[in-house]
Amino acid sequence: MSWGVRDLDVRFGEHRALQGVTLETPNGRVTGVVGGDGAGKTTLLRCLVGALTPDAGQVRRPDSRRIGYLASSSGTYPDLSVEENLAFAAMAYGVPAAEARTRADEYLERAGLAAARDRLAGNLSGGMRQKLGVIRAMLHRPELLVLDEPTTGIDPVSRADLWWLIASAAAEGAAVVLATAYLDEAERASWLLVLNDGRTLAEGTPEQIAAGVPGTIRVSSRRPLDEAARRSWRRGATWRIWSPETARAESGTVRPDLHDAVTVAALADELDGGVERGDAA
Amino acid sequence: MIVKEFRQLRRDRRTLAMMIFLPILMLVVFGYAASFDVTTIRANVVGPQAERLAAVLPVPFEVEEVDPAGDRADAEMALRDGEVPVAFVTDPGGVTALLDGSELFIAKAAKASLSNLADQIPAGITSRVDVLFNEELETSAIMVPGLAAMILLFVGTVITSLGVVRERQAGTLEQLAVMPLGPWDVFLGKIAPYFVVAAIDMVVVIVAGVWLFDVPFRGSVLVLALGALLFLFVTLGIGVLISSVSQNQGQAIQLALMTLLPQVMLSGLIFPLSSMPGGVRWIGYVLPLTYFIQISRGVMLRGAPIDALWAPFLYIAILGAVVMGLATLRFRRSLAPGPPRRRREREPELQGAAR
Repeated sequence: MSWGVRDLDVRFGEHRALQGVTLETPNGRVTGVVGGDGAGKTTLLRCLVGALTPDAGQVRRPDSRRIGYLASSSGTYPDLSVEENLAFAAMAYGVPAAEARTRADEYLERAGLAAARDRLAGNLSGGMRQKLGVIRAMLHRPELLVLDEPTTGIDPVSRADLWWLIASAAAEGAAVVLATAYLDEAERASWLLVLNDGRTLAEGTPEQIAAGVPGTIRVSSRRPLDEAARRSWRRGATWRIWSPETARAESGTVRPDLHDAVTVAALADELDGGVERGDAA
Repeated sequence: MIVKEFRQLRRDRRTLAMMIFLPILMLVVFGYAASFDVTTIRANVVGPQAERLAAVLPVPFEVEEVDPAGDRADAEMALRDGEVPVAFVTDPGGVTALLDGSELFIAKAAKASLSNLADQIPAGITSRVDVLFNEELETSAIMVPGLAAMILLFVGTVITSLGVVRERQAGTLEQLAVMPLGPWDVFLGKIAPYFVVAAIDMVVVIVAGVWLFDVPFRGSVLVLALGALLFLFVTLGIGVLISSVSQNQGQAIQLALMTLLPQVMLSGLIFPLSSMPGGVRWIGYVLPLTYFIQISRGVMLRGAPIDALWAPFLYIAILGAVVMGLATLRFRRSLAPGPPRRRREREPELQGAAR
């Protein structure tokens, strides 16, 4: 079974938050929705779970009992304990109490939250709260698990725990869709949709997206001063400069990774659309 | 800091409007309402000399009904049923004025007027005053039923008004919206705990009033419970309605207080309705607390049966249906996914960038 959206259009007043976006999310796959601020990631996810009705397009999703959703906030009740938050979710989704307890124990243990089960969610750290939010969203073994920036602002250890949970959900057969602004993390997804200003810039596996970069990327120790400055960005201590023309592999050119690919896609989109923001770095 | 505060205030237009217009409105309405002066007292006159006495009854008494065939039992029943606050019973032995002590200020005004009137009664006719239902004219007797009503109002409206808005602020409302819970499940789930707490509060206040302040409970507990149930539906409905139209807890509290204050001032809880000018009194007649106070004082102090209180019961039931209907509709809209154009939502600010 495959869930997803087709030709989705969403407007917020005059602003077009999504323009003709299509995404398939087959079961067992982790799909990452990547984009910067205001790219349309949250809007897409909200349409997918039914929290927002699009202006145009189709959404295919399972019954609400079989959807798990973590909104951009953790969606947990700060004045309920970890266990009570999970018990509420289990009851709302009709999971038998014993089954819910077994699953909760397993997830809490694996996510490093077992010792915090009696703590109020409001007293948890941000990372712990996010993990609780993800566990709450997947406790009923949903067919479609939608997570809005589940790993934003949390430490690497908690992030690894979260990815274990996400991978577990996919291994159990759920179609997982998650939004992220972190490209290093997006590489963990098996399929990516790159959004910019509500439009699809690229779609495919991380490798396909990286391999599909048009033109050439050169590395420079200094920021270019000519018009190439608009096509350059900083990577660590060096600068990368993209040119749309394909050149022979020579010294100073690099094979693009996902980070380069997404940056080039955004740059190309801006240059094509005549959008000028000055410094492209 | 000052500039920042002004900018924030300018964006919170509801608060700004309330800060400017509410004091003016309150001053005008409450200025007229805040009066203990009783200018007219409606009265029935019964007994063989009823017509003669009715003809000479001076201001502030205003004769409502004259019944020469009636007796003291008829007069007491009229008082018990809340038809009039004063009744005069004439018989060959003299005139007896019956005062409804549950209408404290009217009873006190009537008592004062009657002492002046004693001089005008012809020689040979004795006169006496009997205060019924609150014989000592104690304030606590009328305040305890009123306070019970206030507690239902406070818990039902103020506390409930925070319920939905707290979910909105915590970011859990959207979570609820996509959960397999119907609007009614969420709505009932939200109000049920407050319903139980308010009911317990009310029982505690009434029991404490009866034990500590010797407030009588003459009527049927069931009738009062039914009235409280209907009134609670109104107040909970108002609370949910406020909660679903408020963006934050501050706005919810402001709106809740806006509904609370007029009810305290204009319902007859403190100032008698009959002392208010017509325009202000009509505001009181729209407010639910006015009717529940009539029920609670009627049942507790006067032992009024349900058929004597049909009018407040009917009004509260109608109001309950209207308010609950509106609250449910509004609540359903809060939970249902709406077209983004109408909801004027914005893409939330996201962290990080892909570039």
